[in-house]
Amino acid sequence: MGELLIKNGIVYDPINGVEGEQMDIAIKDGVVVEEVSPQAEVIDASGMLVFPGGVDIHSHIAGSKVNAGRLLRPEDHYRDPEPKTEYTRSGVGYTVPSIFTIGYRYARMGYTTVIEPATPSLKTRHTHEELDDIPILDKACFPLFGNDLMLLEYIRDGKLEEATGYVAWMLEAVKGYAIKIVNPGGLEAWSWGKNLEGIDDEVPGLGITPREILRTLCTISKMLKLPHPIHVHPNNLGKPGNYETTLKTMDCVADLYEGGKPIIHLTHVQFTGYGGHSWLNLSSKAPEIAKYVNAHPHVSVDLGQVIFGEATTMTADGPFQFILHQMTGNKWVNADVEVETGAGVVPYVYKRSNYVNAVQWAIGLELALEVKDPWRVFLTTDHPNAGPFMEYPRVISWLMSRKAREKVVSKLPRSARRRMNIETMDREYTWTEIAIITRAGTAKSLGLKSKGHLGVGADGDVAVYPINPREVDPAKDYKLVRRAFRNAQWVVKEGEVVVSQGRVVSSLKGKTFWVKPSISSDALEAARQEIKGKFKRYYTVEFENYIVPESFLARPCMLKAEGS
Amino acid sequence: MPVIQGAVCAFCGCVCDDLEVLVENNEIKDVKYACAIGREKVLNCVKERDPRVLIRENGKFREASLEEALDRAAEILANSKYPLLYGWSNTSCEAIKIGVALAEELGGVIDNTACVCHGPGLEAVHEVGVVEGTLGQARHRADLIVYWGCNPTQAHMRHMMRYSAMSQGIFRSGRKERKVVVVDVRKTTTARLADVFLQVKPGKDYELFQALRMAIRDEEIEAEEVAGIPVEQIEELADMMVSCQVGFLFFGLGLTQSSAKNENIAAAISLIRDLNFKTKWLMLPMRGHHNVTGANKVTLWETGYPFAVDFSHGYPRYNPGETSSTDLLARGEVDAALIVASDPVANMPAQIAKHFAKIPVIDIDPLMTATGLLSDVRIPAAFTGIEAEGTLYRMDGVPLVSKKLVEPPEGILPDKILLQRLLEKVRKLRRR
Repeated sequence: MGELLIKNGIVYDPINGVEGEQMDIAIKDGVVVEEVSPQAEVIDASGMLVFPGGVDIHSHIAGSKVNAGRLLRPEDHYRDPEPKTEYTRSGVGYTVPSIFTIGYRYARMGYTTVIEPATPSLKTRHTHEELDDIPILDKACFPLFGNDLMLLEYIRDGKLEEATGYVAWMLEAVKGYAIKIVNPGGLEAWSWGKNLEGIDDEVPGLGITPREILRTLCTISKMLKLPHPIHVHPNNLGKPGNYETTLKTMDCVADLYEGGKPIIHLTHVQFTGYGGHSWLNLSSKAPEIAKYVNAHPHVSVDLGQVIFGEATTMTADGPFQFILHQMTGNKWVNADVEVETGAGVVPYVYKRSNYVNAVQWAIGLELALEVKDPWRVFLTTDHPNAGPFMEYPRVISWLMSRKAREKVVSKLPRSARRRMNIETMDREYTWTEIAIITRAGTAKSLGLKSKGHLGVGADGDVAVYPINPREVDPAKDYKLVRRAFRNAQWVVKEGEVVVSQGRVVSSLKGKTFWVKPSISSDALEAARQEIKGKFKRYYTVEFENYIVPESFLARPCMLKAEGS
Repeated sequence: MPVIQGAVCAFCGCVCDDLEVLVENNEIKDVKYACAIGREKVLNCVKERDPRVLIRENGKFREASLEEALDRAAEILANSKYPLLYGWSNTSCEAIKIGVALAEELGGVIDNTACVCHGPGLEAVHEVGVVEGTLGQARHRADLIVYWGCNPTQAHMRHMMRYSAMSQGIFRSGRKERKVVVVDVRKTTTARLADVFLQVKPGKDYELFQALRMAIRDEEIEAEEVAGIPVEQIEELADMMVSCQVGFLFFGLGLTQSSAKNENIAAAISLIRDLNFKTKWLMLPMRGHHNVTGANKVTLWETGYPFAVDFSHGYPRYNPGETSSTDLLARGEVDAALIVASDPVANMPAQIAKHFAKIPVIDIDPLMTATGLLSDVRIPAAFTGIEAEGTLYRMDGVPLVSKKLVEPPEGILPDKILLQRLLEKVRKLRRR
């Protein structure tokens, strides 16, 4: 591999305390180094913004439910074709793009690592097939554990050791990265056509509660020293008044915290920050949630920011998707996965003129503006649930510019404006803070030590944006900010230029990270034997055929769990 | 003698993965646990192979080397303005991916056999969505199972035992804890096992679904009978469907290929959707070929569409009726064809298949098929799932990897490798 020198850029590298210094970044053999030889290829980034490659912590990009979304929505693709070029494969957008297009569009925005945050273990081989097909990006996936029948039975029987062995075995078996929990217990109920309504409801037939599931999995995540904490989509998502459940969910593991990195990540909190008793009086409870987050270092959150326009809602939360289908009458996909989880997909359009959608829009931003520590709040749109990832630059501009926000607010229904707080908030994000919520903070939360920064030894993933942070005032010229983040001038992945002048010029294959949990080999073997013995009772496939060997992945990258 | 356990059956969409295969001297001696059809296929298919590489010259086949045949095939494709790449349902996902790349490179059309089987079901999903679950949901939880326009006792022979009516689940055990309903145009062998059999008039399934939708809403059906079935019976079935705890509908080509086609399935999906407002219901198509589901899935994630994908504009376009293979052939629009692991000349209507005789055809298949006999270049391949491993998707979307049970004869390569070499040759010719 060659050498590359990115010269004279204005660099923001929050992990290493670099805030807008003009400096050079040298890369050799795919890794950031002190210096390179005079023969190195040079990129002149004078007067341009230089960030580490973007790291997206939560975006539905691959796997069975994403593909179900593609099948459901040919109309989504017709309007947004992406022709093939000399360097790139063809594809289609928009909210559920085809697989190559996902990689190119992320890369053009300067992102180099993206996480698929929900994969049913039984179908994770499918998720890996799609992840392998995504060009350029490094990726990982989070298997779903919150409704896994074998695990719930261990929890019911108070068998923590067996439960721990089970999670460790499963993560390794399907090459997953962290523990994902969606509507804990609620999807087991949904297998019977029911749902749960709070964290102390009993799961039908099991007699345990979401609280017990959350606490057990949080404990297991710590015991296995997983690099990323439990990643939680709580009960009652998408229902008015649900912020109380969200607060209880965060609080139910508070006593397990022993300092250091957060132990629970609440995802797409916009969907779980609703006050009010019905859709008629929905209100923003972002300030209450932010207050809790500010006071409790054991929690981190991401936004799930609403973008007005087309979206495709898709989650493992089958009963929620059914409610959304009932409300909207839009077409609906449900896809239960035996003894593990469920999934649903419903197309949706967020309208500025709609009272509820307007409040939803405000909640995401209010959360970002109210949470004081940028290292614990991350930018997402829960792609494609609240909007497509291609709209991140718009969110960045809203965060950096009160003026940009006011422009939107002025067009919202007056009834909605009364139930939000955004107009009183004057915080404007700095370049450093944007770098944190889009790469440094997410990389840290994921425990990806070579990502999200540009120190010596970091992966040579760099984004150069055509904007001069020393000259442009983002609060005033927010449109320039938007334009710059839409199309990076150069993007470098592992030391190779993959985007030049906003165009993809190379499509190398990225890595897939998976985690080997910290557990003794005896304990893991005991778990393996136990699961193997029970397997036929639960599954319709054979034990050995369930396991995804590392050789199935195009470019696997194993991380040994060693905690934070 | 080596026994291969957990072998994956490469016959139907059930993709049973619990076979035991006895291999001696690179020969399959015995197959356990498979159904009669699967067993026959695994045991005997390699005996039927035609290992000859053939090129047609002056109207006659002559034997050729693989290299020569691939060169000739690449030439045909590179010179074509609008080729059709068809088949794919009996090969691995790895091969299908190369097929998509080849179609894109050529600006042609890639289509799979869903076009003539469950394609209408996919079109119905575009329209109304679908309410699915994996087969284990039927096994563990369903207390009412409906088979509609399908005959698993003969086509998916282990389905009822392994996944549905008679399976042993965690919460339901065997046939006695479930009710079984069959709806078909004739009393099939599956119907003989049912608690309730409704003999629908041919082509009237759509009406019956709509009547059932009315009945579950307690709307009055103002007729004596619908689709040949007395209204009381329809209402009784509706009551059964509403009062079960978990219902599961399996449907087959009886629905997708009778006259209302996609509208049949849209009506079926609408019924299942409506039922979910009252109790729990799921459904699945009974997919035929072992990897037709995979062919749809791979094409879907790589292009955005599940079959009938046209690359003539340089990006994926999809419009069944326009870009589907049967229609392209009927209108005589394609000027060359690459057929992989399928036999459209035997399976498509003669009026349509006729066009294959007018254009150069390349056939890649382990067997000598009707398509092979008519082809201009015929390349033998290894049997996927027997002589080559590969990823497959079961009818419910569960991915599995089939194992290599025996080595193919010398010089016989898997589809994946043949296609990769073909793609490289085509690229070389087109860059010239």
